Amino acid sequence: MGNPIITAENLGKKYLLTHQRREPYTALRDVIAEKAKDLGRNLLRPFTNAPSPVLDPNQEEFWALKDVSFDVYQGDRIGIIGRNGAGKTTLLKILSRITEPTEGRVRIRGRVASLLEVGTGFHPELTGRENIFLNGAILGMSKAEIQKKFDEIVEFSEVEKFIDTPVKRYSSGMYVRLAFAVTAHLEPEILLIDEVLAVGDSKFQKKCLGKMEDVSTREGRTILFVSHNMGAIGRLCDKGMFLDGGLTSGVTGVEEAIRSYTRQGGDNFRTFPDSPLRSLHVRQEGEEIIIEAMFSVPSPIALPCLGIVITDAFGNPVCGTNPVVDPPRVPPESKAEGRIRVVLHQPKLLDGMYRISVWFGDGKEEFFVQRDCLSFEVVGMVKNRQLPAAAVGSVFPSCTWIFE
Amino acid sequence: MVSKDLTTQGASAKFDLVIEPGRSFRHYWRDLWQYRELFYFLSWRDILVRYKQTAIGIAWGILRPLLTMIVFTIIFGYLAELPSEGVPYPILVFAAMLPWQFFSSSLTESSNSFITNANMLTKVYFPRLIVPASAVIVNLVDFLISFAILGGLMAWYRFVPDWRIVTLPAFLFLAFIASMGFGLWLATLNVKYRDFRYVVPFLVQFGLYVSPVGFSSSVVPGNWRLLYSLNPMVGIIDGFRWAILGGNSQIYWPGFLLSSTLAVFTFLLAVRYFRNAERKFADII
Repeated sequence: MGNPIITAENLGKKYLLTHQRREPYTALRDVIAEKAKDLGRNLLRPFTNAPSPVLDPNQEEFWALKDVSFDVYQGDRIGIIGRNGAGKTTLLKILSRITEPTEGRVRIRGRVASLLEVGTGFHPELTGRENIFLNGAILGMSKAEIQKKFDEIVEFSEVEKFIDTPVKRYSSGMYVRLAFAVTAHLEPEILLIDEVLAVGDSKFQKKCLGKMEDVSTREGRTILFVSHNMGAIGRLCDKGMFLDGGLTSGVTGVEEAIRSYTRQGGDNFRTFPDSPLRSLHVRQEGEEIIIEAMFSVPSPIALPCLGIVITDAFGNPVCGTNPVVDPPRVPPESKAEGRIRVVLHQPKLLDGMYRISVWFGDGKEEFFVQRDCLSFEVVGMVKNRQLPAAAVGSVFPSCTWIFE
Repeated sequence: MVSKDLTTQGASAKFDLVIEPGRSFRHYWRDLWQYRELFYFLSWRDILVRYKQTAIGIAWGILRPLLTMIVFTIIFGYLAELPSEGVPYPILVFAAMLPWQFFSSSLTESSNSFITNANMLTKVYFPRLIVPASAVIVNLVDFLISFAILGGLMAWYRFVPDWRIVTLPAFLFLAFIASMGFGLWLATLNVKYRDFRYVVPFLVQFGLYVSPVGFSSSVVPGNWRLLYSLNPMVGIIDGFRWAILGGNSQIYWPGFLLSSTLAVFTFLLAVRYFRNAERKFADII
């Protein structure tokens, strides 16, 4: 097998999430004073992780990746699979040096090109020809290399006729095709691709996949490919890496990785190993939404307090509740572990995708917070003709009309 | 176990790149050289974009300094009757307009450059220094246009510069260092505190008042001149006048040295400051 071309050891990436404080009595002058103090302190050294003596209560640590180790060998085509927020993009960003890891180490042999977005740096005022050169340079191609491949790129993109038209006049399909064409002709030793095939029509997607497959098998190039499209992963990749909550067990066969992903039960069920909230499941049953959670804490708690907020596809909160504001009719027994089941009879939601955020605690202290951790689909909860949710909101009101 | 052994062997073999926290990449300056084509393409893009979709294109580069020069000549030359170092007042003003326009446009554009290119910064790796540097370089085009106007003015007034004109590139380089230093510093701050978007236009306006653009710095009383030279643009503008106006123009050397030292010092400090900050750019922009 030879020596690995990429070696990652105990890679970790921590982000600090800052929550906006919402205190009703904060005076503007306090805010200004506090800001002035911060500013003074930070102006001199703004980016060093200021060693604040106490951790700011408004800040929360979040590990996007933790203890990730793996080896990649030349010619590997690895599909990176996992749910939203599992750390896939963070991993690619570290490998492509866009962001640096908080801990651990990666060693790489060879030239790396990353494709985190189609058409990075495209400028609408410039023509297709100009953008090919610009985009190529941004992706790490030399001018000579672009010139050599220029005709091939134009032919691949199928926009020959408009090559001297500013891309702002392109249709979105043409724009995407041109951008793809440039990236499909990249020839680094290691290519990192993030979900870029999600855009563009399926015929052109196939063409790109074919081109990449061609390049990697014929010339032994290494590809790391992030996608939610299991079909594309299965076709392009020979190995897989399954990421879950920033953790991975490393590179496996591609079937095994896809199995782990599907075993997880899609996006409406999730387990949280080693956390007070063990699992969470949300689903629609008829006209009701059912949320189930398993919890396990060190000492019994009187009221396991599960807070939920449902947000719509646009990220707007739709509704939320918890057993403190809406106490159960029969008080529960004190328990250290058990199951919580919430049935939402109201509101009636229009068809679409929704997401849910959860908080878990004992009513005084929060043990666990996870925003947008699951998504679920609502179909046919409202039997009436549905108005567009983007215009009227996603809740269908129950009302009485009176005409006099 | 076998693969583990191979890994450690691989470590002793050569790796091109090691990514670790806190490691400011040793190859940064080599990378910068490797990415010189991107630098060239970004500058080229900015120049193309600037003059596309403008009705009179390059003429903007002519009109702006020309109109400013006329206003300054009328106010300071005719109304205030300030001394002109023995040359036509328009030429005195224009010799200072050259570095000032270059400095102020460079500062404005480079301080915003990370924000306007935020999308690129979060999607690809390249030495980020390229972005503000290309924003400064683009203004060289305007500088050359202005220089041509100056040539026209000189012909009109039948003014012939002497040998000192050949030293002009050195002063231009100093202007570049000053623009880059302040621009880079503000650009870095702008990434974290977007307030600096509002600070920069104010700074530029303020700078015009405290720099000897509309008048000769010889009007400043002698014992104040060193203090006045704490403004780096004073030295650069004096240098430009010294080189362009020839024998009539005197330069106040202690002030010039102070100004240029400050400009170079700011530049070095800004680069260091920026290099520390650069690693976190993608996370906070």
